[in-house]
Amino acid sequence: MGRSLVEKLWDAHAVATTAGQTLLYIDRHLIHEGSKPAFEALAKSGRGVRRPQQTFAFADHYAPTVKGRGFTTPESQTVSEALARNAGLHALSHFGVGHPRHGIVHVVAPELGIVLPGMTVACGDSHTSTCGALGVLAFGIGASEIEHVLAMQTLWLPPPQVLRVDIDGELGAGVTAKDLVVHVIARIGAAGALGHVVEFAGSTITALGMEQRMTICNMAVEAGGRTGIIAPDDTTLAYVKGRPFAPRDADWDRLVELVRSLAPDPDATYARRVAIAAADVVPMVTWGTNPEQAAPVTEHVPDPQTIGDAKQRAMVERALAYMALEPGQLLASVAIDRVFIGSCTNARIEDLRAAAAVLRGHKARIPGIVVPGSAAVKREAEAEGLDRVFTDAGLEWREPGCSMCLAINGDLAAPGERCASTSNRNFEGRQGKGARTHLMSPAMAAAAAITGHLTDVRTLARQR
Amino acid sequence: MEPFGTVRARAIPLAIPNIDTDRIKPARFGLPSDVSYAPFMLYDLRFDEQGQSRDSVFEQAAYAGAQILVADDNFGCGSSRESAVWCLRDYGFRVVIAPSFGDIFFGNCFKKGILPIVLPPDVVATLRTALTESPGAEVVVELESQTVQAPGGDMHGFTIDAFRKACLGSGVDDFEMTARHASAIDDYEATTPAWITGPIER
Repeated sequence: MGRSLVEKLWDAHAVATTAGQTLLYIDRHLIHEGSKPAFEALAKSGRGVRRPQQTFAFADHYAPTVKGRGFTTPESQTVSEALARNAGLHALSHFGVGHPRHGIVHVVAPELGIVLPGMTVACGDSHTSTCGALGVLAFGIGASEIEHVLAMQTLWLPPPQVLRVDIDGELGAGVTAKDLVVHVIARIGAAGALGHVVEFAGSTITALGMEQRMTICNMAVEAGGRTGIIAPDDTTLAYVKGRPFAPRDADWDRLVELVRSLAPDPDATYARRVAIAAADVVPMVTWGTNPEQAAPVTEHVPDPQTIGDAKQRAMVERALAYMALEPGQLLASVAIDRVFIGSCTNARIEDLRAAAAVLRGHKARIPGIVVPGSAAVKREAEAEGLDRVFTDAGLEWREPGCSMCLAINGDLAAPGERCASTSNRNFEGRQGKGARTHLMSPAMAAAAAITGHLTDVRTLARQR
Repeated sequence: MEPFGTVRARAIPLAIPNIDTDRIKPARFGLPSDVSYAPFMLYDLRFDEQGQSRDSVFEQAAYAGAQILVADDNFGCGSSRESAVWCLRDYGFRVVIAPSFGDIFFGNCFKKGILPIVLPPDVVATLRTALTESPGAEVVVELESQTVQAPGGDMHGFTIDAFRKACLGSGVDDFEMTARHASAIDDYEATTPAWITGPIER
């Protein structure tokens, strides 16, 4: 019987099986400041790092985004120093603040070719799913699992079920990968993919570039998925070729052969399948407090009274109360106080180009920050003059880091402030206590910065 | 870890869906070493901005000493942080029952000796109602028979994968399981290409 991409990757990395779980080999272990407790446990048990050369450390979650500012809390300093110390102790590659290859783990790892098609990857972060865009089985893990991967370079996992999402057709003008994945989450629900790896396929997906594929896989977890994945192809190989950690010569040829062999078999079966038409997708914004609470920007805030299910109704009422939105309010009328362009979802060069294209020649009415995903993205953006587009518009151009996505490095929104954000989570308090997050694409965030309210970026283009 | 057998204890109902791991353990409390994480648990639900009690269900004396949490849909969604599990464990919970869980959180529970149980939404809702109406009523959870007994006596079966059941039941952690396959890991690495096991940075 034919095998899916996930089954092929699973079988290729299975070291042993016991009582229905598999001991899976992990090719790449990516760590960040959150690894501190895992290293403490490792030291306590007298264990070492089994494969230092397969372990890569990134200082991103607490990285200050203002040069020379330093850490804003003692905690930030403690965990960042612990990461550097642990990396030094165990001879791990360490991309710290100020390193020429520094940045957000899920931006840098693909960018440097650390993560390659056909690999298994683990990281103590749920958005590790981003790496799935390269045809990688990527697992977000907790501290105990981090300790286990450090010591044993393996993970015990139950075999995953696959939810295959087939997306076909062309995305309309002004409609991006971010809109597409938010549309998918709104369709299947924030818990819609629980227990499943989400595989994205179809003509729309294969037409996407790698950065867009990363945006999509990044948010698979917001649909409840264990992770997200897209089958590697020639686009993937073209992206990977020549990157600092990518194989060369005969090894490159072997990687190409591996990629060809990973194509899902035509008779592979999937636990669930969902079909989405790309033509149905329009620019989206979230209005609520989880990523499924989203709608086309052309529509209105939902009216809880029209919701039959009592539980659903209560959830919407609670979200509207937190977000201070009125039922039936036109989304395009919602005033925005702050903008954040950044995060592992949308802070790569194409994202910054898209935002700059909207902002060029305009002023932002509201304060905001643009945080490039890595030092390399920052250099490229500056070479293209994008930084000046942002600063001319009145936005701040920052250093790389996770920044306002989860707001633990000192970059945050004030209580009650409404933030147009290109990140991946709009939970209560995510961007600061009482902060109200509206998720959207970089172009949409740029449009909101110009008008001071949620705006259909396509109408903005027509006015110019 | 202490082997998990039977837990007969008070249970606290928490009828709020989509409680993400950042609500269970707010990021602002960081990752201090060698402290109890109990004070951080569901902090903003339990305490206001001034640190005053909100008189939540957790403060009600009738539930004191509870070891079972009966939650709602998608409990533990969001971030992979295992510290969310530490909060629950340090607070005293050994079991969490919900209609659904965030996947990563679900796996993290087992690593720390907490048994997460999925039961049908209507069963969980009925259980929460019973516990709200009779605070302090006991629920019995038995790992071997894979059953939950509600205060009224109704029995409900749950599923659990064999691996997790074996580890939880004997108090064995992943490392003990892995140790049995140590040479298999060596063999696997020996046949893995060098560009994976010995990457070169340019």
